[in-house]
Amino acid sequence: MSLEIIKKYPNEKRFTLAILQDIQREYSYIPREYMESIAEYLNLPLSDVYSLATFYKALSLKPKGKYTIKVCDGTACHIRDSKSILNELLEVLEIEAGETTEDGLFSVEVVNCIGACALAPVILINDKYYGSMTKEKVKNVLDSYREVSTNE
Amino acid sequence: MNDISNKRKILVCCGTGCLASNSYEVYESLKEKLEINPNIIVQIEIKATGCNGLCEKGPVVKIHPDDISYFKVSAKDVDEIIEKTITNGEIINRLLYFDTNQKKKIINHMDASFYKHQRKIALRNIGEIDPLSIEDYLERDGYKALHKVLFEMEPMEVIDEVEKSGLKGRGGAGFPTGTKWRTCSKFEDYPKYVICNGDEGDPGAFMDRSIMEGDPNTIIEGMIICGYSINSNKGYLYIRDEYELARKNMEFAIDKARKLGYLGENIIGSGFDFDLEIVRGGGAFVCGESSALMASIEGNVGEPRAKYIRSVEKGLWNMPTVLNNVETWANIPPIILNGANWFNKIGTENNSGTKVFSLVGKVKNTGLVEIPMGTKLSELVFDIGCGIIKNRPFKAVQTGGPSGGCIPKEYMDVPLDFDSLSKMGSMMGSGGVIVMDDTTCMVEIARYYMEFLSEESCGKCTTCREGIKMMLNILTNITEGRGQLEDIHILESLGKTIMSASLCALGKTAPNPVLTTIQYFRNEYMDHIVNHKCSAGVCKNLTTYFIEEETCIGCGICKKNCPVNAITGSLKEIHVIDEDICIKCGNCFTACPKDSVKIGGAAYAY
Repeated sequence: MSLEIIKKYPNEKRFTLAILQDIQREYSYIPREYMESIAEYLNLPLSDVYSLATFYKALSLKPKGKYTIKVCDGTACHIRDSKSILNELLEVLEIEAGETTEDGLFSVEVVNCIGACALAPVILINDKYYGSMTKEKVKNVLDSYREVSTNE
Repeated sequence: MNDISNKRKILVCCGTGCLASNSYEVYESLKEKLEINPNIIVQIEIKATGCNGLCEKGPVVKIHPDDISYFKVSAKDVDEIIEKTITNGEIINRLLYFDTNQKKKIINHMDASFYKHQRKIALRNIGEIDPLSIEDYLERDGYKALHKVLFEMEPMEVIDEVEKSGLKGRGGAGFPTGTKWRTCSKFEDYPKYVICNGDEGDPGAFMDRSIMEGDPNTIIEGMIICGYSINSNKGYLYIRDEYELARKNMEFAIDKARKLGYLGENIIGSGFDFDLEIVRGGGAFVCGESSALMASIEGNVGEPRAKYIRSVEKGLWNMPTVLNNVETWANIPPIILNGANWFNKIGTENNSGTKVFSLVGKVKNTGLVEIPMGTKLSELVFDIGCGIIKNRPFKAVQTGGPSGGCIPKEYMDVPLDFDSLSKMGSMMGSGGVIVMDDTTCMVEIARYYMEFLSEESCGKCTTCREGIKMMLNILTNITEGRGQLEDIHILESLGKTIMSASLCALGKTAPNPVLTTIQYFRNEYMDHIVNHKCSAGVCKNLTTYFIEEETCIGCGICKKNCPVNAITGSLKEIHVIDEDICIKCGNCFTACPKDSVKIGGAAYAY
């Protein structure tokens, strides 16, 4: 599978990041064997691919949950108390920031600004924005995803 | 049917802010219902536009030519809008915007305090056009500047015009754009490159996102004009990966422009070739720095390099390169079209034109604001922003992103331009303006920025990598009640070292928030260290809440809002907070209608 993603791009070094991003999108992390395939295809040392995969925040070496919850802690959100939303999320999901729930459903990440500052505080679940969040709303939002997931 | 009076245009804002508030549902519903409604005899055009700026009050729906603006519109309002406004021309009072400064409801967009002080150049088309329609852009003089450049001007004349306009780079450093282009044009190595920096990693700023989403063609046009003037045939747009809508809209616009002959070979028959490619960013703040950004495009880790040789000489792949930010590119077509003199008359002497600010934080009207350079900070916060939420006391604004500085309320008359802000120890940066009230702790805010920057430092320079972390540790100690008096001195000297010994702008400016908060809010630092008190109630170790007996009216609202039942007291009697149970969430403090809940210092000494 990964080879298809890799071969979409010409074998030039400048496409390393783009390939890694596509793999991240498809598998929600970068498996080691795909890093090896990229290194082989682009004729780069594996360490080069690894250093890119660990440098950029958009990439992860650990698998993520079905729903990635990004809690924005940009300045605008921070001073409108994004921390309390994060704490509530972590408490309800019983995980730490950066971790994934045991059922593989949710991952929680703290991110620095997603550019929707006027709606602060904001969380982003996969591609959906939740503006003007409060810690009271957290449980309902999570439940709505759990419901969708059980109905699937 | 072609009679102009029978035409109505409905513009539904579909920028990220409004989309987050379900504006697309409004757009779809309007479209569907208008198409099948037999009572509509007027010709209707409905568009999904880019961001109108006042995101917090979104979704925004504008109706032309009546010039009616509705705010906070939801899909269930659609029937009423069609029945009353579209068919009968009636205004729906409920959906109008209430202007707290003028104390009345506003019908026309431009009468609102938020909009009437603005002057839009970079944002001129946003909210007025469908970003996916190149025809809309052409209708509003799009690609006219390109036409003028390609057929009536020599490359050097273009550079002269940009230089005379006095345009300074809007990405933050404020380097004169014309000078950059001229220097690059003099080097005779080929190929040359043109880059648009759309990485925008600054927390609290979203103007670049809004321009890419709402008016992609203006960026394309600006970049082609630069390409022509420096003799470059290839451009790259480096766009943050998180900005999916921005990337999609840019991609769409590039394809469309290519199909219509505005990009590619022999642009509109002029014989000039230029093409654009999008590169997705990887989510590293340091990649907003030009040399790190170029390293990232090349497929390397995004680390900056020492700039003994500027990138205008040896930039991308060691070739001459002009890199400007999104907002700078958006200013180019109007400058070429209207001339340098027109642009020069806006703003102040050394700071011509306008600047887009993202006004956020504890201010009533949050959103994007474009105002002439030199506008006073107080005008931005109070006339346009309509003041502080809940009319709380105003404390400071932080400008220029994470490595900008904090400006206290005493200096509210400072003109917003590159020079004045630098003099204050702050900077323009990308234009983030974060408003803070008395419930924002300046020490904690400084700690917050150091945390951000320590994570985002690429680690190449020891001073930046280790120094920022050290500052973070000290600030964390202070906010948690373990501060020592000598800490302030150590922070100052560390800050100076980091600034002088780091390679790129991230390290060189990182200590700004700490140094300016020490300069302007030293008493707050002292309060934390000596009195173990955080008067904003933010640092929980240094905060207790108590109820002032004299003013408590016994309304019970605090008790209702307490999640852990720490408050006791009967109705109409003085209430009391039990410190042992209190989790210091501050709910009682924000809920109390009489401001009787007060903030005290640490419950025990450290």
